[in-house]
Amino acid sequence: MQNMLTLISNVFRGTATKNVLLIRLSEHVDLTSPPASATPRQPPKPPPGAMAVVSARSYADFTQQASFDIKKCDIHRLESGPPVVAELTRDQGLQYYRTMNTMRRMELKADQLYKQKIIRGFCHLYDGQEACAVGIEAGINLSDHLITAYRAHGYTYTRGVPVKEIMAELTGRKGGVAKGKGGSMHMYAEHFYGGNGIVGAQVPLGAGIALACQYQGNNQVCVTLYGDGAANQGQIFESYNMAALWKLPCIFICENNKYGMGTSVERASASTDYYKRGDFIPGIRVDGMDLLCVREATKFAADHCRAGKGPILMELQTYRYHGHSMSDPGVSYRTREEIQEVRSKSDPISTLKDRMLNNNMASVEEFKEIDVEIRKEIEEAAQFATSDPEPPLEDLCDHIFYNEPPIEVRGIHPWSKLKSVS
Amino acid sequence: MASLRCFLRSGRNAVSVVLRREFHKTSPASVQVTVRDALNQAMDEELERDERVFLLGEEVAQYDGAYKVSRGLWKKYGDKRIIDTPITEMGFTGIAVGAAMAGLRPICEFMTFNFSMQAIDQVINSAAKTYYMSAGRQSVPIVFRGPNGASAGVAAQHSQCFAAWYGHCPGLKVVSPWNAEDARGLLKAAIRDDNPVVFLENELMYGVAFEMSEEAQSKDFTIPIGKAKVERQGTHVSLVTHSRYVSHCLDAAVVLAKDGIECEVVNLRTIRPLDIETIEASVMKTNHLVTVEGGWPQFGVGAEICAKIMEGPAFNYLDAPATRVTGVDIPMPYAKILEDNSVPQIKDIIFSVKKTLNV
Repeated sequence: MQNMLTLISNVFRGTATKNVLLIRLSEHVDLTSPPASATPRQPPKPPPGAMAVVSARSYADFTQQASFDIKKCDIHRLESGPPVVAELTRDQGLQYYRTMNTMRRMELKADQLYKQKIIRGFCHLYDGQEACAVGIEAGINLSDHLITAYRAHGYTYTRGVPVKEIMAELTGRKGGVAKGKGGSMHMYAEHFYGGNGIVGAQVPLGAGIALACQYQGNNQVCVTLYGDGAANQGQIFESYNMAALWKLPCIFICENNKYGMGTSVERASASTDYYKRGDFIPGIRVDGMDLLCVREATKFAADHCRAGKGPILMELQTYRYHGHSMSDPGVSYRTREEIQEVRSKSDPISTLKDRMLNNNMASVEEFKEIDVEIRKEIEEAAQFATSDPEPPLEDLCDHIFYNEPPIEVRGIHPWSKLKSVS
Repeated sequence: MASLRCFLRSGRNAVSVVLRREFHKTSPASVQVTVRDALNQAMDEELERDERVFLLGEEVAQYDGAYKVSRGLWKKYGDKRIIDTPITEMGFTGIAVGAAMAGLRPICEFMTFNFSMQAIDQVINSAAKTYYMSAGRQSVPIVFRGPNGASAGVAAQHSQCFAAWYGHCPGLKVVSPWNAEDARGLLKAAIRDDNPVVFLENELMYGVAFEMSEEAQSKDFTIPIGKAKVERQGTHVSLVTHSRYVSHCLDAAVVLAKDGIECEVVNLRTIRPLDIETIEASVMKTNHLVTVEGGWPQFGVGAEICAKIMEGPAFNYLDAPATRVTGVDIPMPYAKILEDNSVPQIKDIIFSVKKTLNV
């Protein structure tokens, strides 16, 4: 009887099951450097199912779907906002949990590697803000477009780059998603335009990508992210103007984590109602610590754009646990108590987990299993990122121009004549 | 600023009349084409050829272009392909770069390159560097074009030459056409190029007509980016120059020929990548080098040419140190007498050649 129920449960759950202990690693983690892929990247897939089941709970025991009340969004220049109730299926919940937790562990591992000086330069960590990246991705399609600033590791992951390629990019190895040439702030993927180091510059770029969507008539939208610190940049207002004028399918999203580097929003902005700063552009203020709230708002925004109504603005109220970057302890301009309070009351991963447990959608053991798998995945990715060789010196000058015959590049001194291939 | 833009928009090209070259008999299939018309035709043909190409900038559509370079294009292609922007360079340049990243092939016009300074972060950090930073994953097929350098009476903020600034940066191609054939062939090549190209035009050349061969009139005529052209063969000195100063050098060469000095005039056509081989071959033939440009001397195009010559085989062929003829190292003044003496004139080139040759 037990076996039959297990069989039925496996059939119904399809490939999204997390109810496994053992996984075939070689299928899931490729330890060789991948060739440049011509195929579009897929979202991160969980390990294949149908192995030994540990949990004694079976299909019939869990609630498959539940409704959750979510915070009502403040709206600006809109008749109505996103729904106040969100549906969550068990499979979705486990998937979101896995994704957010992977992101969290990846960032914490990056913290560790940075302190060991294996990662150098800039490293801006995203932990605390996971609900934003995962919620947004849940509200759009992979065929839509996304661009963000430098706190980009989370989005790089949700847009389809495997953890090990992100970590190898941070450690500057040839297996990194940009072959070690970009680093933390310059990771790209299909329909993901980075990773941008200049504060605010990504916003006109995003509006331009939206222009391309409109021009090509492909019904896609562009999600253009920026922070509370960037929100005062002139070029953002220039982008608002043109996006509204030309009705570009652009979702402007301000991730308001309350601090632009060391400057609190009150000290930087005459108006902290970032969702209203688009003036003539409709705006929504969203609870960025609640993944479901972010998802529903993103769906609402995407529908707005796809209906040809022009751009829309979302402010996600969120929080980062780390300082601005690894060189900022993050406690000189805010209190440890504040950080601790957010962690204990509003952590996005805990929120989701509690919701699911309280509604009998999953078991504590299942979450533990997922945690164990993720820990392993991150360890292996870190192992790869620390053992993969650095890019060869012969590749130093490559990728200056696209689609060109090889050119000569001047080196450090006149006798150093280097070669660049496309 | 607003009144200045009104002046620019008036479309007056009174100054170009002064520069109009004498008409001569054209061979049967060639025609006389102004630089403006050559640019216009090049854009028209490329817009027709590839539907991903579009033009955006201030006054490019309904006004027919501040300098009428895009005349007739909006009427033909409409709002989708020819886009009037608000006066927000940083914003619309970023939009153009983003559109290029997402699969289109924009032509981003700066009313003059002076205004590109407001958007220079997008040109350098978003366009030029991206292909390298992404290790070949993200290309940016875009053309930034507009008038560059001194005009006539537009004073300091509207007269700067940006050849050296953009020529400094890896990831960019920087092109500086002289005549109508250059304008046509290089613009078509730039639009078809899959990389960011900075296309430096010259307002004083827009109204000047040149003979255009039948070959140059063909729809697929392109000039390779990165190749200089020897406009006049000579034996005594190499005059290496770009843009409007090619005309000055050719005129100086005519005068010098009367004194028995034969100048070789090398039209750079491309600032980056610089065609050092053609320059070296010329210097190795003439043993003397004079560079001529409108921009400021420090860290300029001429400075780079001199440095490169020193690093290569041509150094040993120089019979005298190389000479740079440049704009005066000051912001451009307004009064005509001051302005005229702030940029190289034909007499300055003649003087410099004679000094270099020690005659």
